[in-house]
Amino acid sequence: MSKLFSKENREVFANPLNLDNPVTVQVLGICSALAVTAQLEPAIVMGLSVTVITAFANVIISLLRKTVPNRIRIIVQLVVVATLVTLVSQILKAFAYDVSVQLSVYVGLIITNCILMGRLEAFAMQNGPWESFLDGVGSGLGYAWILVAVGFVRELFGAGTLLGMRVIPECLYVENGGWYVNNGMMTMPAMAMILVGCIIWAHRAYNDRKTSK
Amino acid sequence: MEQMLSLFVRSIFVDNMIFAFFLGMCSYLAVSKNVKTALGLGVAVIFVLLITVPVDYLLQTKVLGPDCLVEGVDLSFLSFILFIAVIAGMVQLVEMIVERFSPSLYAALGIFLPLIAVNCAIMGASLFMQQRIGMDPNSSQYIGDVWDAVVYALGSGIGWLLAIVGLAAIREKMAYTDVPKPLQGLGITFITVGLMAMAFMCFSGLNI
Repeated sequence: MSKLFSKENREVFANPLNLDNPVTVQVLGICSALAVTAQLEPAIVMGLSVTVITAFANVIISLLRKTVPNRIRIIVQLVVVATLVTLVSQILKAFAYDVSVQLSVYVGLIITNCILMGRLEAFAMQNGPWESFLDGVGSGLGYAWILVAVGFVRELFGAGTLLGMRVIPECLYVENGGWYVNNGMMTMPAMAMILVGCIIWAHRAYNDRKTSK
Repeated sequence: MEQMLSLFVRSIFVDNMIFAFFLGMCSYLAVSKNVKTALGLGVAVIFVLLITVPVDYLLQTKVLGPDCLVEGVDLSFLSFILFIAVIAGMVQLVEMIVERFSPSLYAALGIFLPLIAVNCAIMGASLFMQQRIGMDPNSSQYIGDVWDAVVYALGSGIGWLLAIVGLAAIREKMAYTDVPKPLQGLGITFITVGLMAMAFMCFSGLNI
């Protein structure tokens, strides 16, 4: 058991969460990170789906890594990922239909999410299944927390709600005699870009200060 | 004809791949450092889109859709796997053709040619096309036959090219500006793209 959670393995898991974050540092998988974050709920579902798919694709590829010839590895990786994405998409359609309609094509686009291909190529092809599993979960969660952070800000200021529940009370709104107006800009795609830009800014400023100490 | 023109213009400006749907963002950010390579990648993306979207359209309507192969069987859950296989195959084919007939272009595009296979814009265009088949035939986003699919592919490709060349031009100029250190590189690029997307929002009511 101690070997399973050794120092190296903990690093494999924790690095993508902060220092080596897939979105802010490696700039992978931006497409879906921006498009699904207008509300918190689809952002959470998307983050979880990507985590699950990355983890299992990593395990499968890592088990296959010695049997697959090098020349055709890309197509094998694509087929493994596409199969997992099809499974997740069918499960979402069956159990969370509303969210799957909101996510629309972006569930299918997990296939071309660069985080997946990046982790498969860079990690799972060289490492054993358990390390690959940890790496997949770590990368997925690193991606998920950025999504959740962006989704939180956009839903809170864009609609005044969180997960569909009202946070900013109705009586504060202008229509009801208050002073508050929703920021419609937040629900636009453009704002997602600017928010992610600001997160990258803050993240880099924080990590630079830590490393220079 | 009118509907096609409207579809074409809308797919360039209103439903722009980058500014409305954020598709193909990874290579968009990575390759937009100078105008020349950006232009090369943009042309390659248009080319691959022009082949894959019509092929995927035919697959979707003739093979995968309800009651196509066997009465009462809907195979559309297989579309992800088939679409990505078509794209990967086409990219491989395009790569071989370019290498055979125009080695200079092949050398100029380099690694970006195979990378198109995992460009979300290509897969995204096919998936949007699949969604639009089921739309109301009177809407300007409806795709009804192969020619509509070709027009849609061309429009989205040109939209992507416009976006990447525009960003590359801005980034070339930005090399001379004084940006705060943690914001340099990626951060400021994101904010620039956000502002560009805001500018493109003024096309949103466009209709022909």
